[in-house]
Amino acid sequence: MAYSDKVVDHFNNPRNMGSFKKDDADVGTGMVGAPECGDVMKLQIKVQNDTIVDAKFKTFGCGSAIASSSLATEWLKGKTIEEAQKIKNTDIVQELNLPPVKIHCSVLAEDAIKAALADYQKKTDGQPTGTK
Amino acid sequence: MKLPIFLDNHSTTPMDPRVLEAMLPYFVEKFGNAASRNHAFGWAAEEAVEQARKQIAKLINADSKEIVFTSGATESDNLALKGVLEMYKEKGTHIITSSTEHRAVLDTAKSLEAKGMATVTYLPVDKYGMVNPQDVQNAITDKTILISIMLANNEIGTINPIQEIGKIAKAKGVLFHCDATQGVGKIPVDVQAMGIDLMSFTSHKVYGPKGVGALYVRKRNPRVRIAAQIDGGGHERGMRSGTLPVPLIVGFGKACELCEQEMVTETARLIKMRDRLQTDIMAALEESYLNGHPTNRLPGNLNISFAYVEGESLLMGMKDIALSSGSACTSATLEPSYVLRALGVGTELAHSSIRFGLGRFNTDDEIDYTTKKVIEVVTKLREMSPLYEMAKEGVDLKSVQWAAH
Repeated sequence: MAYSDKVVDHFNNPRNMGSFKKDDADVGTGMVGAPECGDVMKLQIKVQNDTIVDAKFKTFGCGSAIASSSLATEWLKGKTIEEAQKIKNTDIVQELNLPPVKIHCSVLAEDAIKAALADYQKKTDGQPTGTK
Repeated sequence: MKLPIFLDNHSTTPMDPRVLEAMLPYFVEKFGNAASRNHAFGWAAEEAVEQARKQIAKLINADSKEIVFTSGATESDNLALKGVLEMYKEKGTHIITSSTEHRAVLDTAKSLEAKGMATVTYLPVDKYGMVNPQDVQNAITDKTILISIMLANNEIGTINPIQEIGKIAKAKGVLFHCDATQGVGKIPVDVQAMGIDLMSFTSHKVYGPKGVGALYVRKRNPRVRIAAQIDGGGHERGMRSGTLPVPLIVGFGKACELCEQEMVTETARLIKMRDRLQTDIMAALEESYLNGHPTNRLPGNLNISFAYVEGESLLMGMKDIALSSGSACTSATLEPSYVLRALGVGTELAHSSIRFGLGRFNTDDEIDYTTKKVIEVVTKLREMSPLYEMAKEGVDLKSVQWAAH
């Protein structure tokens, strides 16, 4: 199966690969997937004044899973929490030209975004964190 | 050194130029139909086919009359199982095979089961992928008519104790089919010594052309009969009709002859390269695990799981090296390798496996390049892996509640 140029580009030059300290108050962490399914994504956001100022990922998975999470971090940066909630897996499919067998990678990325946002919101109990 | 490097010699092999040379006259000049008995064109074709039959038979210590040409090993497997079942159905309908057979055997067995034509026992294998002959013996009933066990596995290269299984089959009067697709031409095969009654193999795995294979069908002690699955002009003593592809058969014959002549030196060369690849990679990368038997496996086979990285991404990172993975992402079914699963390899490690298949045209330089690249890419992908990060933090990944999807 041939990969789209965008998948290859994200795979070779992953954006925002790495980790934040998951216990920091301004960090939300989403970890989705399972090793036995062949993909696990960890997506993290750093939030200030309701805006995602930084995002990072680490992914165990195929090239499309890595590209989906890399793309997700790019899109998350600069978005408000509310805007981030609206990112859909279909947007990722379209942007990366994912074939049907790889759609689950985009679903996983959307799940990771949602999980990171939920984790952050749980930490702040709905209150936006101010600048410290 | 030229890129990309071909290290997927279990899937197919490049054709040897000497094979091509032998084939060339049989396309344009000597184009006759080997079944044309009354003119020179036919005689030339028939002579070439019979010469090839001898070359092929010699490699496996058979008689040339025991070679039935087919389109490849898949057809040979189908013909063996279906042909025996149909011919001997009055005697019994029970087949014994193993869980790590090639799909051409497993799916044929399942198809026979689904049609109500056979009952099938799928024997488990040990942690190295080997069938226990005692299990074969224990599975035989008075309804058993066929045992089908592969010589060497296509993913992990493990070689089965064929001779012992052959003895058991003979003692019990059960026919023994062996799918020897990966073994013929790579390791010594002797249908007499191994007690094999039917054997599938193919040309393109031995540096010959694609599109031709053979089924060895024993002629005496016992004389094995099979029901044809393709009817027509009665070629191949009625067992497989269809005009013989003369150039392909000539190539297949030449390829077998070369394998026979060069096996001793080539095996030594491959084992040396393969062992170096294995030692260097596994010394450099912690938590890399060998799949298959440590010693009793095909000379060109190396199958390793790299914990915390997924196989398809590994292949993507090494795109100038042709390899294969047991990862689900490279298969149509989205299930990881059933062979590795049958060995008891965990699903996550099955997803992390890479198969290296070394062959006649690989060089030391290519192995050096591959070693370097594998270490580099696994290291890079582990940096990117949340599982590796957790493992390094001391998290027991087995204790984590994962949300399977």
